[in-house]
Amino acid sequence: MHAITPRAARWRQPSVLPGFGLSFGFTLAWLTLIVLIPLATIFLKAAGMGWQEFLAVAFSPRAMAAYRLSFGTAAMAGLVNAVFGLLVAWVLVRYEFPGKKVVSALVDLPFALPTAVAGIALTALYSPNGWIGQYLEPIGIKVAFTPIGITVALVFIGLPFVVRSVEPVLEDLGKEVEEAAATLGATRWQTFLLVILPTIGPALLTGFALAFARGVGEYGSVIFISGNMPGRTEIAPLLIVTQLEQYAYAGATAIAAVMMLASFLVLLLINLIQATSRLRMVP
Amino acid sequence: MITRTTTEGRLTRALLIGLALVFLGFVLFLPLVVVFSEALKMGLVPFLDAIHTPDALAAIRLTLLIAAISVPLNMVFGLAASWAITKFQFPGKALLITLIDLPFSVSPVVSGLIFVLLFGANGVFGAWLAEHDLKIIFAVPGIVLATVFITFPFVARELIPLMLEQGKDDEEAAISLGASGWQTFWHVTLPNIRWALLYGVLLCNARAMGEFGAVSVVSGHIRGETNTMPLHVEILYNEYDFVGAFAVASLLALLALVTLVAKTVLEWRFDLHAGARH
Repeated sequence: MHAITPRAARWRQPSVLPGFGLSFGFTLAWLTLIVLIPLATIFLKAAGMGWQEFLAVAFSPRAMAAYRLSFGTAAMAGLVNAVFGLLVAWVLVRYEFPGKKVVSALVDLPFALPTAVAGIALTALYSPNGWIGQYLEPIGIKVAFTPIGITVALVFIGLPFVVRSVEPVLEDLGKEVEEAAATLGATRWQTFLLVILPTIGPALLTGFALAFARGVGEYGSVIFISGNMPGRTEIAPLLIVTQLEQYAYAGATAIAAVMMLASFLVLLLINLIQATSRLRMVP
Repeated sequence: MITRTTTEGRLTRALLIGLALVFLGFVLFLPLVVVFSEALKMGLVPFLDAIHTPDALAAIRLTLLIAAISVPLNMVFGLAASWAITKFQFPGKALLITLIDLPFSVSPVVSGLIFVLLFGANGVFGAWLAEHDLKIIFAVPGIVLATVFITFPFVARELIPLMLEQGKDDEEAAISLGASGWQTFWHVTLPNIRWALLYGVLLCNARAMGEFGAVSVVSGHIRGETNTMPLHVEILYNEYDFVGAFAVASLLALLALVTLVAKTVLEWRFDLHAGARH
């Protein structure tokens, strides 16, 4: 038997299983070395700059334009994905059709395909002489090298987040409530709007938030299709890289700190959504 | 019994399925097709030539090396973390899980930047490293660090839910029958979690081989030396060598397809559920 010291016993419940010290110690040490210390560096460096300098570089006109573009296109792509991701999840959960399993597996492609590959592929599709771009150009729609192109890339990246968040909730949704709604005289559309949508709402919002957070930080799939013009199609992650290449470490750090705070806020929001929806589940 | 009021009419159903398939066709399927089509545009020989250049081969070797170092590191970490988290009760557990997930919510570019701030020429340890003639940034160690950071949560987050569900009765039985801790781990725990472990390793590997943003910041893009496959794709593309870029990209797309197939097979056969956040 292992002797458990009173102090350790007070902090964690005693267990007959060995290996807590080793596994917990290793976990904490590795986490601190690889994740916590490096991430803390950003905030330490940013704090060392002083308010004046921090505000000047973090919210310069060029940086503001980059945030607006990154957050704007990520929100737009998140909305597109909320609509079409819900549609895809609905079709995959509710209907049968040939090739459904292949389609379902394909939904995860953006998780598996390296972002740079997605980037050059989308550019090949949407550039003015590309597969799709050549038909859009004559009718005056420019996709590549505009914010629309960035949104297209972020739709690709974010889609599985929405589909995979909504699918399990749709699966668990009992037929009973829908039958009850129908019995009470609701049309199918009323049932969807008033019964189904409120139930899957938190999952849909979580999917949107995950896609949004990923889209704000996305780099590889965007830089090929975006055109990278400062002030117009320069996303915030690219601005960090540009600053870094010019040895403007303060600028890169300040912008990174702002983006990290933003993504932590989104993370907090996701946890809040999930906590409240869990509370509501309790009868 | 299916009545008209709890499902949609035939026409609506067909319309919704059609709309979903057209959307997926444009957003997911076409980008995949265009990679292979552009790579093989000039035929098989230019495609093979593009892959057979010394720079491309060096990039492939480096990518394999990076994955061979970072994936086992994260596998060991994932096992240790999920053992501590699922087999013991202690306060602060939720916080620990959140911290492990943290790298997923950090932009890849920022993930590279933090290591430049630490180990770059002007970084916290920059002077010390230069004094001892050590190179981390613009060298292989930096790429490994950035990759380990990016793929940090993959194995742990596949194992934790499964091991929580399985509980610790099996392990406690083994221990009470006189097995040692390691014996219990090897003969009881590992067989129970091996498919989930494989699943996590698979996703971890795909991301490790395909990571672009974080690696791009720390690599320095030295051809033949610090260029991974995704970075080599970018260089070729920016040099307008489209066949070359898409040829290397098609290898990565192939890796993605193999990963998807293996992942799907694991999900079907062992009822594993995909996490929504990768």
